[in-house]
Amino acid sequence: MKQVPASLLTLLAGVMITLISFWVSQHHGLLPEQASAQAPLVDRFFNVMVTIATALFLIVQGAIVWFIIQFRQRAGDETDGVPIEGNFSLEILWTAIPAMIVIGLGIYSVDVYEQMGGLAPTHKHGLIAHQTAALVAAGDTAEPTIEPSPQYGIGAPAAESARAADLVVNVTGLQYAWLFNYPDSNVTTGELHVPLGKAVQLNLSAQDVIHSFWVPQFRLKQDALPGQATVLRFVATKIGTFPVVCAELCGGYHGSMRTQLIVHSPEDYDAWLAENQIAQSSDLQQKIAVTAEQSDAEMLAAYARAIDINAETLTQLHPNSL
Amino acid sequence: MTQVEDFRDVTVTDGSHNSPPKAWKWYDYFTFNIDHKVIGIQYLVTAFVFYLIGGLMAVAIRVELTTPDSDLLDPNLYNAFMTNHGTIMIFLWIVPSAIGGFGNYLIPLMVGARDMAFPRLNAIAFWLNPPAGALLLLSFLFGGSQSGWTAYPPLSLVTANTAQTLWILAIVLVGTSSILGSVNFVITILKLKVPSLRWEQLPLFCWAILATSVLALLSTPVLAAGLVLLLFDINFGTSFFKPEAGGNVVLYQHLFWFYSHPAVYLMILPIFGIMSEVIPVHARKPIFGYKAIAYSSLTICVVGLFVWVHHMFTSGTPPWMRMFFTISTLIVAVPTGVKIFGWVATLWGGKIRFTSAMLFAIGLLSMFVVGGLDGITLGTAPFDLHVHDTYYVVGHFHYVLFGGSVFGIYSGIYHWFPKITGRMTNETLGRIHFALTFVGTHLTFLPMHHLGLQGMPRRVAMYDPQFTTINQLCTVGAFVLAASVIPFTINMIWSWLNGAKAGDNPWNALTLEWTTSSPPLIENWEVLPVVTHGPYDYGMNPQNAGVNNDQTIPVT
Ligand code: HEM
Ligand SMILES: [Cu+2]
Ligand SMILES: [Cu+2]
Repeated sequence: MKQVPASLLTLLAGVMITLISFWVSQHHGLLPEQASAQAPLVDRFFNVMVTIATALFLIVQGAIVWFIIQFRQRAGDETDGVPIEGNFSLEILWTAIPAMIVIGLGIYSVDVYEQMGGLAPTHKHGLIAHQTAALVAAGDTAEPTIEPSPQYGIGAPAAESARAADLVVNVTGLQYAWLFNYPDSNVTTGELHVPLGKAVQLNLSAQDVIHSFWVPQFRLKQDALPGQATVLRFVATKIGTFPVVCAELCGGYHGSMRTQLIVHSPEDYDAWLAENQIAQSSDLQQKIAVTAEQSDAEMLAAYARAIDINAETLTQLHPNSL
Repeated sequence: MTQVEDFRDVTVTDGSHNSPPKAWKWYDYFTFNIDHKVIGIQYLVTAFVFYLIGGLMAVAIRVELTTPDSDLLDPNLYNAFMTNHGTIMIFLWIVPSAIGGFGNYLIPLMVGARDMAFPRLNAIAFWLNPPAGALLLLSFLFGGSQSGWTAYPPLSLVTANTAQTLWILAIVLVGTSSILGSVNFVITILKLKVPSLRWEQLPLFCWAILATSVLALLSTPVLAAGLVLLLFDINFGTSFFKPEAGGNVVLYQHLFWFYSHPAVYLMILPIFGIMSEVIPVHARKPIFGYKAIAYSSLTICVVGLFVWVHHMFTSGTPPWMRMFFTISTLIVAVPTGVKIFGWVATLWGGKIRFTSAMLFAIGLLSMFVVGGLDGITLGTAPFDLHVHDTYYVVGHFHYVLFGGSVFGIYSGIYHWFPKITGRMTNETLGRIHFALTFVGTHLTFLPMHHLGLQGMPRRVAMYDPQFTTINQLCTVGAFVLAASVIPFTINMIWSWLNGAKAGDNPWNALTLEWTTSSPPLIENWEVLPVVTHGPYDYGMNPQNAGVNNDQTIPVT
C-alpha cells in the first residue's frame, strides 16, 4: 500500500484543528447574554482565547493519545526506547510559539481593557457633576471639595473619557444586601434601576466587610471595599432584569446576597424615578426594604433587623452624597 | 567535604541510637526519629490521613450544594468546612506530602547522601505538622474559621475570633515547618551530593525541590508577617487591617498573595519533579530536554514571585498594576508549557509500560493541559473581571491541584512504593483507582467552568436554582472521587503486608535510589554509590537498546 506523505497528513491535521477551533469558539454557548457595552468586548476576547486554547488542547491531547497508542510496549519486548535526549530547534520552536502567543494576548488584553474603560477609572467628572448639581441645588456657592483618595475600578472608556457619567449611583455593600442611593434624586433602593444606553457610574463602598459587585450579563465585577472607594462605569445595552451577585465571601449568607439590576427604557426610567422620589420624600422615616431572593426570604428574616436601615444611617454611609 | 557534612556525621552518630538497628520497628514511625526515610513516611501517612479528613469535608460541601437552598448545613458551618477543606488540602496534604514526604524520602537517596544535612531539624519540621492539624480540628469547637483559606480582613477579624486565631497559629506552624524543611533541602542538595554525581546528572526531582525550597524561603516569611499582623488585629487591638481605624484591607491581600501565588508553585513544582522521574522510567526513554526542564523550574521560581496581583484584579488595584500582572502572569505559562511539551516528547519513541504510576502520570499530563489553558484565560484582567471569584476559578485550580498535584502524588506513590516497602502494589486495584479518579475529576470539575461563566460565585452555601442540574452533576463526580480512595487505600495496606517482593530495582530505573535495597538500609548504602551514567540514560546501554524498525530516528 502506498503511504500518504507525512507533510500532507500534517497539513490536513492543521486545517482540521483550525476549523474545529474556530467552530468551537463561535458555538461554545458558555457565556450568558450580553447586556453592557463592555460585554461584547470581553466575549470577543474570550472567544479568541477559546480558539487558541482549543487548538493547543487538540494538539497536545492528540499527541498524547497518538504516542501512547503508537509507542506502547509490545508483548515480550523488554528493551528500551530510542535514546533521544532532546532536539534544540524543536525546543526553541515550542518556547518561541507560546511566547509569541502570550505576548500577543498580553497586548490584546491591554487594548481590550482600555476600551472597557479599565485604564481610566477616575470618578472625577461624575463626582464633580453630581456634587456641583447638589450644591447648586442647595444654593451653596462654595467650591466643591473632592476627596483626593484614588479610585480604582473601571472608568470611562477611552472614547468618552471627557464625558461625565449621565447617572451616578452610590452603591453600598453590607452583610447581606446592596443599597443603591441616587444622590441627584434622593432615592435609595435595594434594586439597581438604570436607563438604557446611558453612561452609569457606580461609586462602590462597603460598610462592614468586603463585597464584590458583579453582573454576569455585563461581564463586570468590582470589589466594594470598606475604607477605600472604587468605581464601576458601564452603559447598559439591553432592557431587562439581570442578577446582581456578590462575588466576595462576606459571611454565612454570602450566597444569598443577590439582588436585581433593572434596565429601563429612558422614559420608563424617568417614570420609575419620579414615582420613587415622591414615595420616599413623602415618608422620610420610611424603611428601605431590602430585596432578597424569594427562596431565601425565610432564612433572611433573622437578619432583617441587622440590615434594616433608615435614611439617617444612610446619611452616615454616604456623607458626601445627601 | 565541608563543615556541613561533619556536622551531619556528628548528629547522626551521637543520636539516640548508638548502634543503629538494622531496620526500624513499626513503633519507630511514631517517635521523634531522625532518619529521613522515617520522616518521609511520617509525612506521607500523616498527610494522607488529613487528605481523608479534608475529603470528607469536600463531600459534605458537595452534598449541601445538591440543592440551591442551604438545607443540610448551617451556612456558617458550611463556610467552616469550605475554609478548612482548602486549608487542609493545601497545607496538610499537598505541601507536606509532595515536599515533606517525597522530598525527604528521596532527596538524600537521589544525591547519594546518608541523610539530610540537619536530621534533627528535619524531625522538628515534621513534628510541627500534627499539632497544626490538631489546632484546625480544635477550631471546630469554636465554630471553625469561616473566612476562606485566604482569610481576608475585615471578615476574618469579625467572624469566629477564637477559631480564626487557632487557624492562624496552625498556618504559622506549617509555615515554620516549611522554612526549616527548605533550608535543609537546599543545604543537602548543595553540600551532600556524592562527588561522582555531576550537576548535569542531578535528577530533575532534585532541581524541582531546590527551586521549591528557594521559593518557600523567599515567600513564606511574608505570609507569616501578614498573618501575625492579623493575629494582632484580632487579639491585641491593633488596627493594621481595620479600615475604620485607618487600616488597609488591600495591604493584607498583597501580603497574602505574595506568598500564596508562589504557594501554588510549591504545590506543583515537586510534582513536576515526580513527573520527570516517572515518565522516563516507564516510557524507557531519556527525558526530553533535561536542561529545558531544569531551567524552566528556576524560571517559574523567579517569575512566579511577580504575578501575585492576578488574584486581585477586581480589588483596590490601580490600572497599571492590573496590566503589569496580566503580562507577567501570561509569561509564567511559557516555562510551564515547555515542561509539558518535554514530557509529551519523552513519550515519543518510547516503549510505554502502562503501570499504575505511568497511568497517573499520563493522566496528569492530560489534566494539566486543561488547568493550564484555563489558567491563561484567568491571567488576563479583562476576562478575569467576569470570572474572578466564581466557580470558573474553582474549576481551574482543581484541574491543577487535583488533576495535577494529587495525580502526581498518586503517581509517585505507585512508583516508589516498591522502594519504600520492598513490595509491589496490585496493578488491578491501581487501574481501578486510576479510572475512578480520572472520570471523577472531569465529572466534578469540568462543569464548574460553565457554572462560573454563567454567573455562579464561589464560596456560597446557597445559589440560584437555575444552576441546580450542573451542581448535581458535580456532586455525582465528588462521590466517584470519594469512592476512588477505597481501592487505593486497600491496595496500600494489602500490598504493604502481602505484596509480591519487589527487589532492589523492579522498574529497571537508573537514579541512585534504586541502587540500594528495598527498603533501603538505615544509612542508605553500605558503601556510597559511584555514579557511572546519567539518571535518564535509557536505551543507551547496548544490552537494552531496542532495535527500532518501524520509525526513523530524527537527528538531534
Ligand atoms: C499556566 C499556569 C497558571 C496560570 C496562568 C494560572 C493563573 C491563575 C489565576 C490568574 C488565578 C486567579 C483567578 C482568580 O481568582 O480570578 C488562579 C487561581 C488559582 N490557581 Fe492558577 N494558574 C496557573 C497554574 C496553577 C497551578 C500550577 C496551580 C497549583 C498547583 C494553581 C492553583 C491555583 C489556585 C489554588 C488558585 C485559586 C486561589 C484562590 O483561592 O483564589 N494554578 N490561577
Ligand atoms: Cu458576599
Ligand atoms: Cu496565582
